[in-house]
Amino acid sequence: MSEEFFDIEGKKKRFMFLNRKAPYGTIYALETLETVLISAAFEQNAVIAFVDDGVYQIMQGQDTGAIGMKNFSRTYGAVEMEKEDADEDPDLDIEWRIVVERESLEQRGLTADDFIIAVEVLGCEELSRLMNEQDVVLSG
Amino acid sequence: MNFGILVNEGPFTHQASDSAYRFAKAAIEKGHQVPRVFFYYDGVNNGNKLSEPQSDDRNLVKLWAELAIEHGVDLVVCVAAGLRRGIKDENLAEGFGISGLGQLIELGIAADRTIVFGD
Amino acid sequence: MSNGRKVLHTVNKSPFERNSLDSCLRLAVKGSGILLLEDGVYAALKDSEGSQTLSSHSGDFSLYVLGPDIEARGLAGKPLIEGCDVVDYSGFVDLAAEYDTVQSWL
Repeated sequence: MSEEFFDIEGKKKRFMFLNRKAPYGTIYALETLETVLISAAFEQNAVIAFVDDGVYQIMQGQDTGAIGMKNFSRTYGAVEMEKEDADEDPDLDIEWRIVVERESLEQRGLTADDFIIAVEVLGCEELSRLMNEQDVVLSG
Repeated sequence: MNFGILVNEGPFTHQASDSAYRFAKAAIEKGHQVPRVFFYYDGVNNGNKLSEPQSDDRNLVKLWAELAIEHGVDLVVCVAAGLRRGIKDENLAEGFGISGLGQLIELGIAADRTIVFGD
Repeated sequence: MSNGRKVLHTVNKSPFERNSLDSCLRLAVKGSGILLLEDGVYAALKDSEGSQTLSSHSGDFSLYVLGPDIEARGLAGKPLIEGCDVVDYSGFVDLAAEYDTVQSWL
């Protein structure tokens, strides 16, 4: 199985990148972010979702000096830029959304002001309908 | 139907690789296709030819390789995640290849269903 | 519910270990499928507190449990909650084909 199967020219799917884990304690946040950025080249619809402890990934003010790990939080800015490209370019007929679940925020005493990027805050009912629309959900 | 599979964890520590393998095998036995399995995060460790499980236990690296050899399943270890974890050409198991994350996205676009096995 | 799309949600962690099942139940649209596999199967045990939230949603979802994982864990003789269909890997494949998308809660 090869070339014809992977002839994906013109195919558009709805991808969700589902982030539910906190950063630094495990590598899932970083390596999922890398996947999101690679996906930009493929011009697909994308929802980058932060749910449960995933909301901690985009906190402002991360300082990793004392733990000796790379602070990759600023790289979320690149995701924001890809979203802006998708919004502004009429030839790129795709939609990118960056969403956070309201219930996850409230449980953790956070608001959208705590974050390093602009996000849409969705209640669980609205987010569940959005999730139900996705063709491919990549969970880390 | 064409199934794409993403394996997030290495062999033995988590059941993910076993579950993914059993799913892939069942799919093939039912006449479906599994064109590619992408190994990411610690999943890259499934491609380590130095893995030597106990002789009375399953050998996941070899089981995956059999799917590649007998059924043409494309087993892809992510290059960046592999480098981090010391999975390179020199210790890559037979049946596996190393490539970029683009192949995971490509798989998601091409396959009818994409299933993630992880922790 | 939206345009008839149906998602199969998979949960592979014990309800005592992780909040994955709780989050799944909060975010899965009514009428979805939920497959418990690996350590997720513990949530199907009738006499366990771990099955309470799932039971309270009974009727909202089509519930499946992976039989091989039940057997492996010595649970084959234990009663499961109402409305659970036990499937094997072949059944898992059929479900993945029948539903439109598979979403994993890890």
